[in-house]
Amino acid sequence: MGNIATSGNKGKGVRSDCFITIELTDKEGIDIQLQSKVGVIFGEEIIKEIKDILNYFGITKAKVHLEDSGALAFIIAARVEAAVKQLIQTDKEYLPELIEENKYHTTKDHNRFSRLYLPGNTPSLMINAGIHKPDGIILDLEDSVAPDKKAEARLLVRNALRQLNFYGAERMVRINQVPKGLDDLDFIIPHNVNLILIPKCESAGQIHQVNKKIDELKSKHNIKDPVWLMPIIESALGVINAYEIASAADNVVSLAIGLEDYTADIGTRRTNEGTESFFARSQVVNAARAARIQPIDSVFSDVADMEALKQNVLRSKALGFDGMGCIHPRQIAVVHENFAPDKAEIEKAKKIVNAFIEANEKGLGVVSLGTKMIDPPVVKRAQNTINLAVNMGKLQKNWREEI
Amino acid sequence: MKKYDKLVKNAVGRIVPTIINGEEHIPFKGVGKYIPDGRKFAPRLSSCANYPDDGNKLVPSLKEALIKAGLKDGMTISTHHHFRNGDIIAVQIFDIAHELGIKDLRWFPSASFPCQEPLIKYMEDGTINRIEGSMNGPLGKFCSQGKMKGIGVLRSHGGRYQAVQDGDVQIDIAVIAAPTADTFGNANGVNGPAACGLLGFALADSQYADKVIVVTDNLVPFPCIPWQIHGNYVDYTVKVDKIGIPEKIISGTTRITKSPDRLLIAEMTAKFCDEAGIIKDGFSYQAGAGGTSLSIGNYFGDMLRERGIKARFIRAGSNKYPVEMLEEGLVDYILDGQTFDLEGVRSMRENPNHINTSPFTSYNYHGKGNFATMVDVVILGATEVDVNFNANVVTHSDGYLLHGMGGWQNCLFSKCTILPIPLFRDRIPVIKDEVTTICGPGELIDVIVTERGIAINPKRIDLIEKLKGSELPIKTIEELKNEAEKICGVPAKPKLSDEIVAVIKWVDGTIIDAVRKVE
Repeated sequence: MGNIATSGNKGKGVRSDCFITIELTDKEGIDIQLQSKVGVIFGEEIIKEIKDILNYFGITKAKVHLEDSGALAFIIAARVEAAVKQLIQTDKEYLPELIEENKYHTTKDHNRFSRLYLPGNTPSLMINAGIHKPDGIILDLEDSVAPDKKAEARLLVRNALRQLNFYGAERMVRINQVPKGLDDLDFIIPHNVNLILIPKCESAGQIHQVNKKIDELKSKHNIKDPVWLMPIIESALGVINAYEIASAADNVVSLAIGLEDYTADIGTRRTNEGTESFFARSQVVNAARAARIQPIDSVFSDVADMEALKQNVLRSKALGFDGMGCIHPRQIAVVHENFAPDKAEIEKAKKIVNAFIEANEKGLGVVSLGTKMIDPPVVKRAQNTINLAVNMGKLQKNWREEI
Repeated sequence: MKKYDKLVKNAVGRIVPTIINGEEHIPFKGVGKYIPDGRKFAPRLSSCANYPDDGNKLVPSLKEALIKAGLKDGMTISTHHHFRNGDIIAVQIFDIAHELGIKDLRWFPSASFPCQEPLIKYMEDGTINRIEGSMNGPLGKFCSQGKMKGIGVLRSHGGRYQAVQDGDVQIDIAVIAAPTADTFGNANGVNGPAACGLLGFALADSQYADKVIVVTDNLVPFPCIPWQIHGNYVDYTVKVDKIGIPEKIISGTTRITKSPDRLLIAEMTAKFCDEAGIIKDGFSYQAGAGGTSLSIGNYFGDMLRERGIKARFIRAGSNKYPVEMLEEGLVDYILDGQTFDLEGVRSMRENPNHINTSPFTSYNYHGKGNFATMVDVVILGATEVDVNFNANVVTHSDGYLLHGMGGWQNCLFSKCTILPIPLFRDRIPVIKDEVTTICGPGELIDVIVTERGIAINPKRIDLIEKLKGSELPIKTIEELKNEAEKICGVPAKPKLSDEIVAVIKWVDGTIIDAVRKVE
């Protein structure tokens, strides 16, 4: 371990972040040099925070230089800790409070139309993510984080899970590929994460490995609430093993496909029409449906073209998917609007749910619509459609009174 | 002479001087409370006998024109800011004054820009005593550090017209840079290589200054049509090679914001206006040229198109977006105060429904009305807002004077004033207990729209009523402030000295606040 460590980001275009340099010295005392755009109004608070953290880790002799572009306190804390951990060997963690707003859990069938990807080492993109109301927010530790930034990103993601208001979105983290990604779980599981995305998943074995580590951590930290899994299929082998993966464990709730890597793996390129991925997408839909979980589509990468995104969503829905990834907040509304049940679906669902309620009221065990018998799963699906339509403002809550 | 004296507490509770640069001023009394008496300022009479019959007032150079106009110590020199950051004439004026050894000038621009940073050396050597006008960027910083010899005076566009009309500021020499002019002095902003649209900010200067110089790089034979500035007010005309840097005068890139957070704020603002019943056939609005304002205008356009209705007028800083709406038939008129891009200039040149306005018609508070009060909704910005809805547009949270007011104060008189602003910028909360500088009293600010919630001024019971049951996140301003502080922390107050470096005028010429030196 050296005497000087740095962490964080600086430079043109970097906002809401900081870059810290800590140098261990022989002279007693902490000497802090602060260069901050909010120095006038938060300077003293920032200096106190740095001192508290260094004190927590038992560092008493150091020179610190902080270049701050307006980082929130939990971001500064993550940067300081990341630098400290390059200088001393320690198991201690400097944990900011887990805010009340973040203490919620999600259900297995949580609606997952949209999930917004956020690079795990870019705080400026995290701060307002929740206000755009995606169904899920993914703090990504994998592809969007440079290899030499993985360690500091873990701490930033950990602090974000505790301090960043997710405004009710499902709290998700994409870990690195297994087995390397297993180490990420130490920084994630104890902080009320709702769902883990497992990238480049190719076998049920990988799911078992992740679950084994999750179970260890849950029992160590006395966590009772479920942690859901969303494996991402990104290779030919993954596609072939899709059902095995989808049905590997009870906490696997969705099966997603990642087309950038998949198309590369089969030696082709991704097109807007998607002919090259038709088999893979269909396979993922069928594997997921067979395992009674949600099939989730890949992201759409042209963030400027909302019409093309809409067409993409409609095709995706027609193939049987229940949702897709977003890489820009403006995509969320388009994804929601077009995955949402349309008029015809809502009308059909209303009839089915109505028939079910009437059958119940009459004490009939069998639900029928016209001459057709209706199975319980169909009723459940119709009820889901109704709930969705009501939640999205497409149907009045008291719709039955209007019939 | 003391730079300022006789401090009093004004009607918004701010301690302000009433003697400034040796002249007496009135403290702010409350909105609409100060009613002036007496007559307007009258410039000197002139006689045709003293001007050439052939109408040719051309003199060989700006320097000669300034000498002929009698440039001497202590004078007030005015310029307009239609060239924004592409202005080169203002600096030339003071280069000449410096060369002639003139001291203690008062520069009275309608706004200043970073391109005028070279003037700092003339403030240091005494050529310029002070700036009375908005101070942006480096000039604002210079003033904030207490380095200006006199006290800065900031006025709104309407307040500047009022000050000139009332004689609060008597302009000795007005230099009007004009994209096109004839030798008689008729001038316009719609033609020529430095076309900037209109010259409305120079109207008062042309009408009331003792001497008026028109400078152009595009001299045309009489008559210069349209004559936005009348040659009948002009003493001398000057032809130069270049009056401005076109690419800095006109921004080629005014665009709707791509920031998802700002788009969200814009969308919420448009929805709010709709639910408040503002968006209806024949309504009017003002939206600025900032990215958020532009996208609000865009949402308005979508609503008009969908419903097959029309707005009566858009009050603008115009650019291609309102122009597109005008050409599509979504609005009858653009009442334009300054033009931001070439599409705006083209439209003003070609379309009789794209009207050039001046601070006289739009904003002057000491007139028989102005149209700012008739606008249904205005969208404005702010650097800070306090829990009493008072807002600041000139200083930052660290106390530095960094922006001008433009027509901001004047626009507050619309039927509904909305400030769409982020709840915090990086770590800087925008809503606080007390703003650093009060530029607009809270009673005129109706709604604050942030990405995390909308606060309606409790005085606007009508709006609160209309928005009852709305799905928009309506919150109190205290709730918004607490939310910001929960995320950012509670900011410390900037360290300011007691020393006053500038004052902020209200639209009626009274002093609403003072800017303190930054330690």
